[in-house]
Amino acid sequence: MRPFTYERASSIEAAAKVAASNSQAKFIAGGTNLLDLMKLEIETPAHLIDVNDLGLDKIEATSEGGLRIGALVRNTDLAADETVRRDYGLLSRALVAGASGQLRNKATTAGNLLQRTRCPYFYDTNQPCNKRQPGSGCSAIGGFSRQHAVIGTSDACIATHPSDMAVALRTLDATIESVKGDGSRRSIPIADLHRLPGDTPEIETVLEPGEFITAVLLPRPLGGKHIYRKVRDRASYAFALVSVGAVIQPDGTGRVAVGGIAHKPWRVEAADTELPNGARATSRVLLADARSTGQNRFKIDLVERTLGAVIAAAKG
Amino acid sequence: MQFDTPATTNPIDRLKVIGRPIPRIDGQLKTTGRAMYAYEWHDSNVRCAYGYPLGAAIAKGRIKSMDISAAKKAPGVLAVVTALDAGKRKKGKYNTANLFGGDEVQHYHQAIAVVVAETFEQARAASVLIKVAYTEEKGSFDLKAAMDTAVKPESEQPDSAVGDFEGAFRAAPVVLDETYTTPDQSHSMMEPHASIAAWDGDELTVWTSSQMIDWWRSDLATTLDMDKEKIHLMSPFIGGGFGGKLFLRADAVLAAFGARAAKRPVKVALPRPFLVNNTTHRPATLQRIRIGAERNGKITAIAHESGSGDLPGGGPETAVMQTRLLYAGANRMTAMLLATLDLPEGNAMRAPGEAPGLMALEIAIDEIAERVGIDPVQFRIINDTQVDPEKPERPFSHRDLIGCLKLGAERFGWEGQGRPGSRREGSWLIGTGVAAAFRNNLVMPSGAKVRLDGEGVVTVETDMTDIGTGSYTIIAQTAAEMMGVTIDRVSVHLGDSRFPVSAGSGGQFGANSATSGVYAACVKLREAITQKLGFNSDDVVFENGEVRSGNRSLPLAEAVGPHGLVGEDTMKWGDLSKTHQQSTFGAHFVEVGVDVDTGESRIRRMLAVCAAGRILNPITARSQVIGAMTMGVGAALSEELAVDTRRGYFVNHDLAGYEVPVHADIPHQEVIFMDETDPMSSPMKAKGVGELGLCGVAAAIANAIYNATGVRIRHYPITLDKLIGGLPEVT
Ligand SMILES: Cc1cc2nc3c(=O)[nH]c(=O)nc-3n(C[C@H](O)[C@H](O)[C@H](O)COP(=O)(O)OP(=O)(O)OC[C@H]3O[C@@H](n4cnc5c(N)ncnc54)[C@H](O)[C@@H]3O)c2cc1C
Ligand code: SF4
Repeated sequence: MRPFTYERASSIEAAAKVAASNSQAKFIAGGTNLLDLMKLEIETPAHLIDVNDLGLDKIEATSEGGLRIGALVRNTDLAADETVRRDYGLLSRALVAGASGQLRNKATTAGNLLQRTRCPYFYDTNQPCNKRQPGSGCSAIGGFSRQHAVIGTSDACIATHPSDMAVALRTLDATIESVKGDGSRRSIPIADLHRLPGDTPEIETVLEPGEFITAVLLPRPLGGKHIYRKVRDRASYAFALVSVGAVIQPDGTGRVAVGGIAHKPWRVEAADTELPNGARATSRVLLADARSTGQNRFKIDLVERTLGAVIAAAKG
Repeated sequence: MQFDTPATTNPIDRLKVIGRPIPRIDGQLKTTGRAMYAYEWHDSNVRCAYGYPLGAAIAKGRIKSMDISAAKKAPGVLAVVTALDAGKRKKGKYNTANLFGGDEVQHYHQAIAVVVAETFEQARAASVLIKVAYTEEKGSFDLKAAMDTAVKPESEQPDSAVGDFEGAFRAAPVVLDETYTTPDQSHSMMEPHASIAAWDGDELTVWTSSQMIDWWRSDLATTLDMDKEKIHLMSPFIGGGFGGKLFLRADAVLAAFGARAAKRPVKVALPRPFLVNNTTHRPATLQRIRIGAERNGKITAIAHESGSGDLPGGGPETAVMQTRLLYAGANRMTAMLLATLDLPEGNAMRAPGEAPGLMALEIAIDEIAERVGIDPVQFRIINDTQVDPEKPERPFSHRDLIGCLKLGAERFGWEGQGRPGSRREGSWLIGTGVAAAFRNNLVMPSGAKVRLDGEGVVTVETDMTDIGTGSYTIIAQTAAEMMGVTIDRVSVHLGDSRFPVSAGSGGQFGANSATSGVYAACVKLREAITQKLGFNSDDVVFENGEVRSGNRSLPLAEAVGPHGLVGEDTMKWGDLSKTHQQSTFGAHFVEVGVDVDTGESRIRRMLAVCAAGRILNPITARSQVIGAMTMGVGAALSEELAVDTRRGYFVNHDLAGYEVPVHADIPHQEVIFMDETDPMSSPMKAKGVGELGLCGVAAAIANAIYNATGVRIRHYPITLDKLIGGLPEVT
């Protein structure tokens, strides 16, 4: 870990302004991802802006009948919230499927969205990695790639986005609210927040330098059955090989997003319309351009099989 | 004392303290955080500096240059010692690669520098500032490819053959010829390797985390090229080792060099990724098993061949050894091959040889039993042997595999095993599996010193270690039983090189050997007391805190007088292990559920029945076995060090990537110990259980998965990607 300076932000605008004017600055929320990366010198910010004291830890009803989730709401609190459990069960289930109790007590809504990949080469500074060191190459291609992405990949990077929560938010069509360095505010549909790796895998979201997430908005509840199915090698405390977040209505229509297979939570709206036709039809559209490394080929079958289980569970 | 005739009745047989379920006597120290582990050792008069290691960034090649100027100038840095300027050092006897290399890099993360600073963070930050230029060389990293040039290993007995295997195999009406693989595995114990080193002139004191005090001390002396007598090593508490702390590791060496350079005591803990690529691991194996059987289930031919790899100068994973002893069969052979790999050093991990060997053999037995059409429990019973199958004149000292299988089948409800793929509950395919457990019972010389003081307190000193196993407790029980006192009158001191050299902890020889050493020392002490009192040694009794002979009796405190008395001895072992095969036995029964859609395998319940001589303490023994069963679940379902065959290292080198079981994976475990003693093994009549508990577990799980799904996987770990192709189609 490199030495860094530290401040506690006093206002949202001030936080965004400092961050936008200092390319070496980073926000720190729960710190459960950032600090680990700093210890390994994968992230090397010279300045940390602590955003924990900005009053962004509330969950409120919106006038449109949805929910506004403060960026600093802890994963534990969000998962336990009564309204979330009642109306957005998918989100609650996705959250508790992730990490561990201790981590969820610290982890925040915005931090969870912006957590970085778990590619093991990204984590080893001796190895080439385009995401960590642009231009150095991708070690995962041709290497140990069992966990890696099968869709939306590029020749530069095949990493996945590891978040469970983001899969649920993608299914629910959440919107991200943010403040830029110049104080302007904007809303970003979750579909647009995360980027595919392309030639610049180091750029993971559309957020501008210094742009600060203040809240996540959920639209009105969808009703239906909320299912989050996370598939992994051990029963707990492991990232998803594949996860499926779905909201399915009594008539078999619904929507679905998939985790563990792409650089972002993966949803194809055209695939949603196939849900009544079953898992095979749906995953054919979802994974239309899937490309495996061989080691992760199983994920393509696994998506279909897991989706089949989810559809069956929704009926049952 | 020399143990060369079978034990007869002795004071241990009183079983007033031995054999009792006594909670571990060091438990409170551990639960209250007062047990001082190596890195935590603390003396307010000593200000330790912190050392942080730098590991090689390549797998094989040479260091062209190292620029330490920036690191030296970094805040708080006291010293930087590199492999190029460290000065004279040699390789320890038990190490394959150099712990603190020279300009030659032998494997990834081999230690090439240590940075010493005032704080841990400063040392870590400065270590990154060292610039190293390498010349990379091509290495051998792919076991399968390297097998082409594999050779017969030199040191071990690589081959065995009895009868005419090939002929009998050809003639057998039912045969099996399959290949199995086990991956590289990491010990991944909770406590990383850690040491504090402090110099006083030319004398060195080291607090460390070591399973084998004397091996470490000797190898540290060799490595530092100094007199062993000038090293004082202490390791009173160890947060797990599983074989990873049998041999001197880099933390102690780097701490010693760092402390010399910084002229301060220095503490070094290996970072978690170093546990994988800097220390040792269990080597992967490629195994071929051939079995021929009669229609009545009798094995007529059995062959087991295994290949593994290691750095030049290393040894094989002896995965065939149990096959020489476990089942009958007139025609048999085993063979091993050793390939050269430039991966990190392979070495012992809990039940080396047997653990991966049984992972393969016990699937093979399940397969041949099915081909013959005999229940796998019954098949194993049919092929039991009471003698060494290679040397029928050499009996087992005591062998109750059949008892384990029968009792286990009864308790587990085995007759419920249905056809493969026939049981289903919701989306779970349910299956059961069985495997035999087998591990040899080794013995090692073991010394102890026992002192009885004027207060009647018995103090035991031995360099034996407690790696979380319960050594403190069973040693206290032994001394209490021998001296006729209650356990609260015994104080046990372990893990210090000033104490008599013991067996140490490894190869499941620790409990039996070390308590036997304490037994021998207690016999000496009893003789000294008897002699001092002029008692008749034939009828002297130590009981209830008193020593008694005829109608004379005296409290022990009074008997020894104000200055106390000491007994010291080392238990040495005669030929009984040559004339009689000494092994431990067990049976594992497992029920698994496999998700029909995703192929996720989850354990539902596990039962182990163990026949391992006298159980010295059923609580600590059970803990050993359930821990081992848990490790077996990891071996079966998730643990695999992923080799990058281009870059030459284990990629998943942390606990996020190398998945050991978590609580949610282990729902229900039961352990039964057969009520038995083995007078051939020692005066304690005990044997080891710590490794037995692991042997066979993974195969029982593999067999249960087969029973659940009808899909036979012969390549560990059995992850869902290997299964889903064979599962029913989704609807
Ligand atoms: C052992 C372990 C296991 C885990 N398992 C899982 C799992 O199974 N599933 C899963 O989904 N996750 C898992 N996680 C990841 C965990 O969910 C994330 O670490 C956590 O959600 C990050 O939140 P945080 O608040 O601590 O983020 P931080 O570490 O504080 O920040 C992460 C990033 O977000 C940025 N940031 C934070 N807040 C804002 C803001 N308001 N605006 C703009 N940028 C911001 C920071 O600058 C930083 O770049 C695991 C983590 C660990 C350590
Ligand atoms: S997949 Fe992406 S993160 Fe992983 S090594 Fe390649 S570039 Fe780096």
